[in-house]
Formats: sequence, C-alpha cells, structure tokens
Amino acid sequence: MALLSCQDLSLGYEGKPILEHISFEVNPGDYLCIVGENGSGKSTLMKTILGLIHPLKGKVLTGDGLRQNEIGYLPQQTVVQRDFPASVYEIVLSGCQGRQGLRPFYSKEDKELAWMNIQRMEIEPLARRCYRELSGGQQQRVLLARALCATRKLLLLDEPVAGLDPRVTAEMYQLISDLNRRDGITVVMISHDLEAALRYATHILHIGARIYCGPVEDYLRSETGVHYLGRGGYRP
Amino acid sequence: MTLWDYLQLSFVQNALLVGVLVALCASLLGVTLVLRRFSFIGDGLSHVAFGAMAVAAVVGLTDDMLLVMPVTILCAVLLLAVGSNAKIKGDASVAMISVGALAVGYLLMNLFPPTGKANISGDVCTTLFGGTSILTLKSLEVWLSIVLSVVVVAFFVFFYHKIFAVTFDESFAAATGAKTRLYNLLIAVIIAVVIVLAMKLVGSLLISALVVFPALSAMRVFKSFRGVSICAACISVFCAVAGILIAAANGTPVGSTIVVADIAVFGIFSLIGFLESR
Repeated sequence: MALLSCQDLSLGYEGKPILEHISFEVNPGDYLCIVGENGSGKSTLMKTILGLIHPLKGKVLTGDGLRQNEIGYLPQQTVVQRDFPASVYEIVLSGCQGRQGLRPFYSKEDKELAWMNIQRMEIEPLARRCYRELSGGQQQRVLLARALCATRKLLLLDEPVAGLDPRVTAEMYQLISDLNRRDGITVVMISHDLEAALRYATHILHIGARIYCGPVEDYLRSETGVHYLGRGGYRP
Repeated sequence: MTLWDYLQLSFVQNALLVGVLVALCASLLGVTLVLRRFSFIGDGLSHVAFGAMAVAAVVGLTDDMLLVMPVTILCAVLLLAVGSNAKIKGDASVAMISVGALAVGYLLMNLFPPTGKANISGDVCTTLFGGTSILTLKSLEVWLSIVLSVVVVAFFVFFYHKIFAVTFDESFAAATGAKTRLYNLLIAVIIAVVIVLAMKLVGSLLISALVVFPALSAMRVFKSFRGVSICAACISVFCAVAGILIAAANGTPVGSTIVVADIAVFGIFSLIGFLESR
C-alpha cells in the first residue's frame, strides 16, 4: 500500500487555486523529486501534504501504518532561526515534540533518539554549540537530524541545498541518498536542481502548466520533460 | 537612613516583592517575544489597555478590569495566535493596534470627560509610568502579583519545551503534530494578563523594558535556549532589586531607575559577548 497518496488535489490560498487535479502516490522506498517553475506551487503542495494548509479539494491520505504526525519535515530556513540562541542538541530534541502531547518533559527514549540522530548526521562534536554559529551545511544537518527524530519512514525536504556551496551541496545529496538507500527512508524533495533530481531520484513529480508524475526514466522521454529540459538552463 | 532601615519598611518590602515577581514573569515571556520579533508587544498591549480603560471610564464602569482584561486578551490573541496567517504581520500589526487604541482612548476621554477626572494628560502619564506607584501597593495587589507569578512560572516550566519548539520553528512543530495553535493561544493570554497587571503596578514604559532588555542581554552571552531563559530571569530580578533599592535611597522614580539598571547590564553583557567572539 502507498505510504502517501494524493487524490485529485486542488491547492491554493483563500479559495484561489494555484494547482488543480494533482493525483500521485508515494510508495515505501521511493525518492520523489518535485520540480517546477517558481510559483508553481511546490511549497504549497508540501504544506498541504503536511496538513499545514487545507486543500481546496481532494484528499491527502497516509497509509502503510504511517500517521500524519510521523512525517519528518525539513522546512526552508526562516529569518527567526538565523540568530536563534539554541544549542544543536536542544533543536534536534525538539523533533520529538510532536509525539509529546501534553507531557511537559522529554523521556529517556526521546533523548536517546536525539543522540542517535546526532551521530547519524555526524554532528556529535557540534552538539553543545550554538545553532547560529554553524555554517549553512551544518545547520541543514541539524535540521535533518531533527526531522529524523520525528519520523522513521518519510522525509519531506523543502529545497534542502538552497544557499549551500557546491561541495556541501554534494555532501547533502549523498547524505539524503544514503538515508533513502541504506536506511530505507522514503524521501519527497522539492528541488530547483534538475540535474541532481535526475541523478538521485527514482520518481519525478513535475507541476505547473503541464503535470507529470512517474519514474525518472520516463520523465526524460515525456512531453513535459522534453519541454522543460529543452528550454535550457537546467540541461546537464 | 541607611539601606538597612529602608528594608525594614513594609512598603519597600512590598515593592521589592512585586517588582521582582513582575520582572521575573516579564523576562521569561520576553525571550520568546523577542525571538518572534514581537519586542514591542508590551508597549502595544498596554496602549490597548489604556484605550479600554478610557472606554470603561466613559461608560462609567466601576471596575474597569472587567473591560480592560478581555479586550487586551483579545488583542493579544489576534496579534500572536492569529497574526501569523493574517495579511498585516508582526511589527505593523502591533503598531496599528497600539497607536489606534491610544488615539481612540484619548479622543474618547476628551469628548466625554469622565466625572471626577479632569486631568486627562495626568491620566495618560500615569498609564505610561505606572498607575498605583510601586511604593504604595495595597495588600490585595501584592497577593494578586504572587498568585499570577506562580501561574506564569509554572506555565513556563511545564510548557518550556513546547514554547521552544513553537518559537524556533512553528511550521515544523505543527507539521509533526504539536498543538501549536493551543500553545500560541495560551502564550498570548498569559502575556496579556501579565502586561495588564504589570501596567497597573509599574507602567507601560517599564513593562516593555522588562520584556526586551533581560532577554537581549542574555542572548549576547548565552548560546542555548535554556541558558538564555535562566540568565534573562536572573538579570531581570537583579535589576529590579537594584533599581528599587537605588530609587528608594535616592528618591529617583522607581520605573526609570530599573530601566537604567537594565540598560547598564545590557551594555556589560554586550561587551562580554564582543570580547568572547574575538
């Protein structure tokens, strides 16, 4: 059964649709890249999947034992976070907050999970450091570790490499790819980097005037893919 | 009289107790407010409270708290809990509500002067610098401050991790199932209550300073949310005590003296932060 399925979704703000008739499924182990022009509604789609925005029409269903609050999310950085006084450990641990309910304090298991994900992201030496003093790539690793505290199955990443230099970008892609292939975590990622999307992803969801959803190989031959790639700018 | 003699006086003891409690509550809430770019909400909400007081005086309510408290809470909820989705955001919405309430309140008091209150500009001044001076507190007000402070500190301790999660990244917290709307609502209500009561005691000028200065000073030096929260509370309490004692000994206005103490500590912490970062 699909981990996530969107059925005839229409999305937008205040009743004005940005995107209509989106249907797709994400299966366990998939690596889906969402591509499309600026303003095509990629972030809106992701927020709808997360339940932050209600769809105008249609449904988002989770399956295969996945609950709505078990989706790990890596949002784009906000202005507030850039100078936030918080240690790496505090931030990673806050990934467990969704399961807390009204319990005021974290359990021993939560703390162990946080440490495990800190080790997994290889940021152990930074654990007591202040978030605002870290480099962009280190900050993304911290937020990824936090996302991993919230999920064991599905990660949603909103442009995880935005603003990173090429070497760190490559490291980040490798890290995400490892999580997908080695640990079997399903990945849904918004990307502007079509080259990387074609290299790492198993599936592509292209949204905009034309919509495509399917395996990467077929995308390259599809009308949407040919049209998008043919206009240049993203060509490998 | 020596400092020790002053400490024997019951009104100085009351002032110290209430000053410390108000300072503690304001600084705890201040950390999340400053980080959310709502530093001016103390000022804004106290202007709202002033506007509501004017309306209460005009319609002749005997206990104006019945009107002031709900109106201020409503505005706090509008700004903090609904505000993130509204079209006018953050500083602009605070400025709009605060200036608007002040103007409407002042206008109403001019149009319909309440009986027995001829001195309108005097009233405005009391709102800014403290209605009942902190040195003339009644025992009911002291008890009210104690109860309120216990509630605020308990709220902060039990919701500490939730406040952190919601302040650092509201959309992540909401996406992973935290009840962010509920937490924002609770934070907004608590802030409104603290500001209204503190404004009656110490004035709106001081309450804004108590919200921003300790948090900003602590952020110069400390690198974790826990460190900043604890340090802000300590700075705030220290400055309140120092300010009240200096004011009592020298006859300076209490509110302004506390603010000056806070400014001095901010200067010292900025210097420490600067020296550390080199």
